[in-house]
Amino acid sequence: MALDVRETGETSQAPRPRRHITTAFVVSRIAVLAVTAAILLYAAPPLIATRSWLGLGVLLGATAAIACLYLTRRFVPAKYLIPGTVFLLAFQVFPVLYTVTTAFTNFGDGHRGDKAAAITAIERGSVRQAPGSPEYRLTAALRGDELVFLLVDPATKQVRLGDDGGLSPLPGAEVGVSGRVLRAPGVTVLTAPQAAARGAQIAALTVPTDGGAIKANGLSRAVEGKAALVHDAACDCVRGEGGPYQADESQGYFVNAAGERLAQGWQVNVGLDNFARVLTNPTISGYFLGVFGWNAVFALASVAGTFALGMAVALALHHPRMRGTKAYRIVLILPYAMPSFAMLLVWRDLFNRDFGLVNQLLGLNVDWLGEPLTARFAVILVNLWLGFPYMFLVTTGALQAIPRELTEAAAIDGATPWKAFRRVTLPLLLVALTPLLISSFAFNFNNFNAIQLTTEGGPFPAENPQVGATDLLITYTFRLAFGTGGAQFGFAAAITVFIFAIVAIVSAVAFRRTRKQEEVYA
Amino acid sequence: MSKRVLGVAALATLALTACAGSDPATPSATPAAAPSGSASAAPASGKLVIWADPNRVKALKPFADQFGTENGVTVEVKEISKDNQQTFLTASQQGSGPDVMVGAHDWIGNLVQNGAIEPVNLTEAQKAAFSDIAIKAVTFDGQIYGAPYAVENIALIRNTDLAPDAPATVEDLVATGKKLKDDGKVQEVLCLPVGQKGDAFHVYPLFAAGGGKLFGDTPTGDPDPKQVLVGSEGSVKAFGKLRDLGEKGDGALKTSITTENYIPSFVGKKCAYLISGPWAMADVKKGGFGYDITPVPTFEGGDPATPFVGVQSFFVAAKGQNKTLAQEFVTNYVTSKDVAKALYEADPRPPALTAALDEVKAGDADAGKFMDAGKEGMPMPAIPEMQAVWEPFGIAEAATVKGGDPDQAASAAQKTIDGSLKN
Repeated sequence: MALDVRETGETSQAPRPRRHITTAFVVSRIAVLAVTAAILLYAAPPLIATRSWLGLGVLLGATAAIACLYLTRRFVPAKYLIPGTVFLLAFQVFPVLYTVTTAFTNFGDGHRGDKAAAITAIERGSVRQAPGSPEYRLTAALRGDELVFLLVDPATKQVRLGDDGGLSPLPGAEVGVSGRVLRAPGVTVLTAPQAAARGAQIAALTVPTDGGAIKANGLSRAVEGKAALVHDAACDCVRGEGGPYQADESQGYFVNAAGERLAQGWQVNVGLDNFARVLTNPTISGYFLGVFGWNAVFALASVAGTFALGMAVALALHHPRMRGTKAYRIVLILPYAMPSFAMLLVWRDLFNRDFGLVNQLLGLNVDWLGEPLTARFAVILVNLWLGFPYMFLVTTGALQAIPRELTEAAAIDGATPWKAFRRVTLPLLLVALTPLLISSFAFNFNNFNAIQLTTEGGPFPAENPQVGATDLLITYTFRLAFGTGGAQFGFAAAITVFIFAIVAIVSAVAFRRTRKQEEVYA
Repeated sequence: MSKRVLGVAALATLALTACAGSDPATPSATPAAAPSGSASAAPASGKLVIWADPNRVKALKPFADQFGTENGVTVEVKEISKDNQQTFLTASQQGSGPDVMVGAHDWIGNLVQNGAIEPVNLTEAQKAAFSDIAIKAVTFDGQIYGAPYAVENIALIRNTDLAPDAPATVEDLVATGKKLKDDGKVQEVLCLPVGQKGDAFHVYPLFAAGGGKLFGDTPTGDPDPKQVLVGSEGSVKAFGKLRDLGEKGDGALKTSITTENYIPSFVGKKCAYLISGPWAMADVKKGGFGYDITPVPTFEGGDPATPFVGVQSFFVAAKGQNKTLAQEFVTNYVTSKDVAKALYEADPRPPALTAALDEVKAGDADAGKFMDAGKEGMPMPAIPEMQAVWEPFGIAEAATVKGGDPDQAASAAQKTIDGSLKN
């Protein structure tokens, strides 16, 4: 301490020295500039390819700004603030904004792309082979610079030439055994690699016929087909069998008069629909309170249980007469060091009624994960096992910071060990640990893995397959958003916003109370 | 504009707004000549990208390379090991997906509604070379959307050392299983995974045998999502049969038997009967006992015990960079017998090509037996609406196996499915 004081004293008196250029300073500068340059090199080509000049301009501007910031000696505070700010924006603000904006769309299976993509998919998917048309053997060829198809009817061995004007006979062509055209007058036959290199051109060529059009099907076959469904821009509808299907911009589907819709949809803005669905859906509103109640119990029991057990163990090991603490600590931290993912699955199998270790050891025949009460007890127990080493670690750390003199003084003043703990140690511990307890609560409130990997929300009563006894809000809504009817990202995002609000309110209230507590003990 | 571009633009915007300093002096590293050749002019690069699951990658590699040399292109076979369907959909949407995707036929409905795959045009001769059920499975809405290569379904696998005769009915099976259990030779009557949330795939043959149905039929014979029959009279009866077999009845079905332990239990001789598919055979052979594969039996006087049939297929990605090559590969190349056999050797699932199956049968009787067991099977419904059925159905199954009321469980499942399909 004294040394520090002397040093700071000296520097404050001396004229401010010119900043030394340390190795760390140079390295960190190079690192930041290298990352910036790497992002530039990675990002520029696709931006140029898609001609997004605005994006490119922004990219160049940002790169230049960062470069100038780190190449000059000025703006020292900004040099420290920029990386953190960029990460904050990229990994916190951007995902939150993205989630919130997604909540206002119907993004999900059937509504992933835009309307143009849906129309392409509808038209392409409806192309059917013209009935009775030959299964042409295709050879790609060049007439001058123009790509043409040489089509061999396998039944008649007749060779015809197809270009974007239509079909014309091609006499004098020599056909190989496999049906490939080897030579033909007036055209240069392409070899397989040459044709493969022109794949895009081959895919683009359409040979019109009376019954529809001939398109290549790969490099060696061509098919005469016709689209059964065609989009008509004039009425913004799809004409064809079962149609017309009118575009419905409110739900992102083409719908016909009978209310039937085409499978392929597109992403549209649905306003507050997703939020309204969360609030009005009878299965959500009807069971919300029950699930929320159990969710709160689960989170509180997990935090209280892990904290109590972790602290008890830490206190025991903190006792001055304790021997072999290192060995104990290693053993105690083991559950924390193992991947919880695997451990949860192991625990699930341990609780198996007929094959699990728990019943075999205890000689019981309890269907642990099959009955509501035992399943709830089991998941809390598993979470306790997984979570207490963390609490043990942080409590051990916090205990080291509490001077032993305080408890000794309490003992001299006649306090029992329990009183000393209750009045001295615990309050001091809580000052340091309450923020961690709150974050642990928030984590366990949304502890998806702990439930999904053990009970999957079950057991479910026979009369209701949607809400299980151990369902947390997050597993329950995950089932609603992804368990039925494919992935519904828009709906899931709306639910996420609600859960975020709940956790934020709980945490805010808790932090406010902590601050008061800190004021008392500070 | 691809998502990558969007993401980059967003990042750049963030970086710019964050950078408060403004010193016009050093424009530094602005690129005079950005390397625009690499990612930009994408088409006609002569590269075919195939995505497959880990089992398939090794078998496909030699054929992919051969296809590459024949056509003067590079072929990349990439391994995707998790959430293949979702990964494919997301990547397709971003424009970073493959040209050819390998997957199960029941993805087709969802892939089509997302515009991710295109029809595959097979000639009459090619269609005739496949088993009927394989072609039926990959047909969706009147179009063929994939080139099938393997057909798989579940069957009854029995330990012939413990149970020498194939059971004629479920009742037979239960009687023999119970007797073995009473004699202390086995611990369980039947190894069929149920789990706490049910397993619709494995129990379906018994459900169908009991008279249950999932969907009504459209005029063309496809499952009709507008008619969910999980709560129908026949289905309630079938759930009742499951309850009779369940924990409060014969004890043949148990929630404690799960997808994790059912094969090991059979291999460990804890049960004489296993209901599983070709994927179990590698383990079963390690058990060191005699076994036989027969169709799943039905109840006395019951309906046929039709298993679900899954067909592994090659799909042409709609948003691939090189569709011509992809079509060539899928329609004219992987439909060959040699590829089918190589894929069989990598992972023994019966080939969809009849000619390949005949050759495989000669060396491996199991493949033919599985195929026979699935002859009357039902292709797993490929309609996207099937996704709404799996979970509620499974939960109803688990509930009745535990002794719950079949009527209540079936109607609750029906209500849930109708609710999510908005019927």
